[in-house]
Formats: sequence, structure tokens, C-alpha cells
Amino acid sequence: MAIKHSLAAAALMATAFAGAAQARDQIQIVGSSTVFPFTTAVAEAFGKSSGFKTPIVESTGTGGGLKLFCGGVGVDTPDITGASRRIKASEVAACQSNGVADIVELKVGFDGIVFANSKEGAVVDLTKAQLFNALAKTVLVDGALVANPYKTWDQIDPSLPAEKIEVLGPPPTSGTRDAFSELVMETGCKNAGVLSAYTKSAIDEKTAGKKCMELREDGVYVEAGENDNLIVQKLVANPAAFGIFGYSFLEENTDKIQGAKLAGVAPTYDTVSDGSYSISRSLYIYIKKAHVGTIPGIAEFVAEYTSDKAMGETGYLVDKGLIALPKDEEAVSQKIATELTPLDPAVIN
Amino acid sequence: MTDIAEKPDVAPPLASAARRAQVARRLKKRYAAEARFRFLGLLAVSVAIAFLVLLVGTQLIQGVPAFLASKLEISVTLDPAKIDPDGTGDPKVIGDANYRDLLLSALQTRFPEAQDRRQRRDLLGLVSTNATYDLRDMVLAEPALIGQTVTISVYTDDVVDLYRKGKIEVGDPDAKLSDFQVQALAQLEADGALYTTFNSALFVNSASREPESAGLLGAVVGSLLTLVVTLGIAFPLGVAAAVYLEEFAPKNRWTDLIEVNINNLAAVPSIVFGLLGLALFLNLFGMPRSAPLVGGLVLSLQALPIIIIAGRAAIKAVPPSIREAALGMGASRIQTVSHHILPLSMPGMLTGAILGMAHALGETAPLLMIGMVAFVADVPAGFTSPATVLPVQIYLWADFPERAFVDRTSAAILTLLVFLLLMNATAIYLRKKFERKW
Repeated sequence: MAIKHSLAAAALMATAFAGAAQARDQIQIVGSSTVFPFTTAVAEAFGKSSGFKTPIVESTGTGGGLKLFCGGVGVDTPDITGASRRIKASEVAACQSNGVADIVELKVGFDGIVFANSKEGAVVDLTKAQLFNALAKTVLVDGALVANPYKTWDQIDPSLPAEKIEVLGPPPTSGTRDAFSELVMETGCKNAGVLSAYTKSAIDEKTAGKKCMELREDGVYVEAGENDNLIVQKLVANPAAFGIFGYSFLEENTDKIQGAKLAGVAPTYDTVSDGSYSISRSLYIYIKKAHVGTIPGIAEFVAEYTSDKAMGETGYLVDKGLIALPKDEEAVSQKIATELTPLDPAVIN
Repeated sequence: MTDIAEKPDVAPPLASAARRAQVARRLKKRYAAEARFRFLGLLAVSVAIAFLVLLVGTQLIQGVPAFLASKLEISVTLDPAKIDPDGTGDPKVIGDANYRDLLLSALQTRFPEAQDRRQRRDLLGLVSTNATYDLRDMVLAEPALIGQTVTISVYTDDVVDLYRKGKIEVGDPDAKLSDFQVQALAQLEADGALYTTFNSALFVNSASREPESAGLLGAVVGSLLTLVVTLGIAFPLGVAAAVYLEEFAPKNRWTDLIEVNINNLAAVPSIVFGLLGLALFLNLFGMPRSAPLVGGLVLSLQALPIIIIAGRAAIKAVPPSIREAALGMGASRIQTVSHHILPLSMPGMLTGAILGMAHALGETAPLLMIGMVAFVADVPAGFTSPATVLPVQIYLWADFPERAFVDRTSAAILTLLVFLLLMNATAIYLRKKFERKW
């Protein structure tokens, strides 16, 4: 009897709150913590200038955001998600099986990943192979695969300073770490000849790829947590150490830290933007088309995001550390934003 | 042949010198042990105090500057041709006007030497991006101002504020402030137009991506709403459970099991409550995400065991004689509880409740799952509108790249500490005021 009563009460409560949820008039955004600082800036400007309510922006990580986003169509699911990588085919499939058929994909800009140290430290110019040799768990020495023996930079290459290798970087849960693994470790593995050594010793390609991305665990690479500000503070305190973090944190602290050159190219706004500095990734937002028209302001919010005053090269997002798209790509994004053209699942592989 | 001298456990009235020396040695050893013990205790306390001083001290050193901010006074001519050319008085027309342009021309009147595009941008870069909205809101609130020249006080850009606090270097080509900007600032300072004042934005504004206009109001209101829900649910439930378990429940295997579980619940990691909230309140009941209502429900689950345990201890502290006297006078058990036991144990229960609330106030992990770790720019209007809480605001600020957020993070930590201190002080006050001694 009592159970019946409490079940009835629970059902009553559920309907009462479902009723409250149906009246959502505020855009809900989830997604990558890298896109978060930019989306929040747009949300604030949008809320102040448009007359719509300021959207709620949650920082859930790219994967977590897409999972929520693909949870279904309806007011209890988010309208937009930010991603620091492109959506995966498996995620598109998950979206579709939950009824989220039309997704609009917008590329909003780039984010560079820098390898930096204190301004009191040495100025270095590295290649991806050298970075790989400094950080990988297994490297190639005299034709043999061995556990990484390098302790100082000049052991890797005599042209580098004779200083202890000490690198602070993000933990495996971080998107920055994913991007670093993919953009530096993978290429570095190939360039340092380790990948071919793996295939020669009859390790299949997939396992070899995974082994390439393993970072050393002997205390040279220190996982310094997700907070990039903390890494910057540690670099200032320890001029011998290098750190791995997002470009916007370098830009904000140019008086204290310097970015290492990569194959002769220093990380600056221009080099990341034109692609000559190669450790950079694209940032996306995904919009649930079924919600446009149901939740007020989505189309206007997207227009604000892609406007010249936001993501253009003199826009306010650039002040916040975003690296703007080249003109032609910006025009493509703006066109998609006005027409809200859904993504063709066939282009995702 | 008296056997007194032969009894080994009775010392002769005047012991030999050797025996006295032995006693003195033992005594010395015991005193030394006591001194060591005291010293270790003192050392433990001093280490704890040193860490506390270090923690609060660094936050104070970093956070106090954030309570001050730079402001700039500008005379802006509200040109009707630029705001409302047709004189319609329509708020929409007035709201859509280009206030950035008005601010720029005001700055240019002050610095006529700024001619090229770059220098004009530098000038605008001195004031907060949100200054244009301040100007707009001022005109919208009083349209009669159009056509006049008004003096408006706006916050400077966060970089200007950092420069004035000596936190960034200038002079480099890649410095955050150009030489032109530095000169302009020196002139403005000489005029008295640029000044330092109390950073009221920190308390009257909500979250913002511009450090100079970022404030804690939304987070404080969100925390209050959440705590009201937590208190409203956890306190009555906790008190009722404590009274039932102490006064009415039979002592058997079932109540033992319940007791063990309550004690266990108090030690469950808070993220687990967040997962429960996600599965139960959001997914099953379909409650809105990011709402203080859900946050409060989740935190009340967490505070409940603390309140029950404190409540039971308070009830146990009421002497049995009171209970027996009431029963002896013919009071029913309900009357005994409601007239005597509850009023007498209330100070202890309130203390437990406030400590449970203080605990809940500092929580972020369970809120992550239910969407309260979010950027919410509007002050929450009610229990179901999206909100965030103070510790989440601290977490988000600590992660933003702008350097001006570093000291604001510390300022927010200090604010949270003040709230916690107030709550604990209330708990102590209530206990001292209403506590009965037997």
C-alpha cells in the first residue's frame, strides 16, 4: 500500500516537472572544454545584444557532449554541442538511432597546441621526431627498440641544450592530450623510424599505432592535470621544464613563457592560422536542426557565432584566443549557418 | 623480627641513596615522555595552523587586489542622429544603436591625435567590451538623455587593470598594451579620469567572460536556492529519522542494519550521489538540467546521514530522567518527544544541520553530473531555472585563460570561505545560546 502511494507520488512529481521542462526558452549548449571559453563569450554577447535569454553553456568534454547531444530530440536534450575534433561515424550512427537525424556542422576556428617553457629557459627548435624521442615510452636506439633511455635533450640531438628533459602535460582524459598524441606522437613515430621497426617485428598496424602514442612513465613526462593555468605557473617556477597546453594560454602569458619552434616555425597567431605551425586542430559546433524553431533563438545564436564580429579575424573570439578560419572557410561556415545545411553522414569516415 | 622491613612493596620511610636516585631517574624519564608527547601535540597543531595560514594567506595576497578595479570616466555625447535619427523614441531603435561608435567618438574627442585605424582600436581597447552595453542600458533607462552629454563611469579592460596593478610588463612589441595605450593611460590618470575603486561588479554581476564584469551574484543566488532545497528536505527527514530510530524503533537486526547503512552513506563519495541524481531525477523523473531543485535534492541525500547522526547524538544527550519524569507524569510518548526531547535536543540538531549545509555548500562533484557546472550569465529566477553554485564558479574561473581571472578566483575562494565561516559561527552561536547542561 505504502509502495503504491510513493509510486503514485513519484509519478505525480515526474509529470509536474516534465511540464516545467517543456517550457524551456533558453538554449542549452554542452561540449568540449576547449570550445567552452569561446562559446561562453558568444553566449554572453548574444544574451546582451539579442533580447533572447543567455544560453546555458556546460563544459562536458567533446565525447561527453556528443553523447548528451545524441541522446535524442526534445527539450530535455541539449541543442548545440562544441567539439575539439570532428564527429565520429559511430557518433553519427548513435545520433541517428536516437532520432537525431539532421545535424548541422560548423567549423568555427582553430586551436594550436604549444610546447613551451619559461622565458628564462633555453630557446629551442624541435622536430616532431625529436619530441617523440623525448616523450615516447619506447624508442629506437641503434636499430633496436628499447625503453626510452634519454635523460637530457642533447642525448637526442647534439644541437639541443644539455638540459634535463622535464615535460608537464595533460592527462589522458584531456582533449589536448588526444590531439597531441595524434598530431605529434603519431607523425613523430613515423619520422623517427619507430613505426617501421614495429611493423618489421610483426606487430600489426593497430597495436603499433597504439604503442606509438604511449608516453614514458619514468617521471620525465609529468601529468599536471587538466588546468592549463597551473602548468603555466609551474613553468614560470621551473625554467628547465617544458609544458604542453593550448595556444590561448601562451598568448595570455607571452611576458612569462615562450613557445618552442617546431621545424623552424614559432607558434604565433599567423603560423597556426595558415597551417605552417602544424600542431593545430579544428574546433566545431554541432547544432540539432530539429530544435531550430522549437527553442527560440538558435538560428540567431548561430548567426552571432559565425558573424565577422565574433569569429572573423578582428572579432572578439580572436581576443579570447581563437584562431580564426581563413576567409574562404569562414564564408563556407557562414553559408552553412544561414542555410542550416545538415551534415551529410557520408562525408564522415 | 618484625615483618614490616621484609615487605617488598612498602618502601622504608627513609630510602637508601641508591633507591632515591632510581626513583629520580624514573621520574625524569616519565617527565621527559610527557614533555615529548606535549611537544608532538603542539607540533601537530602548529603544522596544521601553518598550512591554514599558508592557504588563506596566499588566497588573501592573490585575492585582495581583485576587490579593487580600475574605472574610467568618459563624457559621451549622445548624438540623436546616431541613436534615434527619426526621433521615434522606440526602445528597439534606441537599443539597436551603435554605442561602440559613440564611445569611440568620445575617446577620440579626448585623444584627437589618434587618427589611424590601429590607434582607434587601441583606444577602444582601453575600456571594457561591456561598456557599450552599460551605455545602452543607461540610455534605455532614461531616453531623455539623448541629445545631452553625459559622464559615464565604465570599467577598464582587464589588461589595463592588470597593468595598473603592476602585473604585466609593457614596452615589448608583443606586450598586451601598446605604447600609445600606455601614454593615453598616463594622460587619463593625470586628468583624474582614471581611478581605482571598489570592484562592485564582483558582487552585483553574474558570470561573464570579461574578467572586469564577472561577478558572483548568480552563483551566490544559485547556492542559496540549492541550500534552501537541501535544508527543506534533509532537515525534517533527518530529524524524523533520528527521533524514530532513538525513541520508537525496536532494537533488532533491522534497525542495526539501517544504522550501519546510515553510517556508510555518510562516507559515500559525493560523485556517486551525482550519478544517482542523474539517473533518478533527470532521466527517470525528467526534471530540468542545471536546476537548483535537482542540485538541492542531490545534496540533501548527501547531507541526510550527517543530520541523522548529529540528531541521534543530540537525542542521546538528553538525560533519561527527563523522559522518565514526563512519562511518569502521564505524558504519552509523542508528548514526551515533542514537548521535551525535541526542544532539548534542538541546538545539537541545528548544529548538525548547519555543518551538513556547510559541507553541501562546498560541493562540486555531484553537481557535475546534473549539469550545474555551467556558464550561467543570468541570475537564477527560481528553483527550476538554470543556475550554478559558488564552488563551480571558482572551478570555472580557475580554468579561463585570461590572467585577470587568477585574482578573481582567489577573491571568489575568499567569499566562499566567508560564507562557510558565517555558517559555522551560527552553529557555534546556536549551541552556546540554547545548550542545556545537566
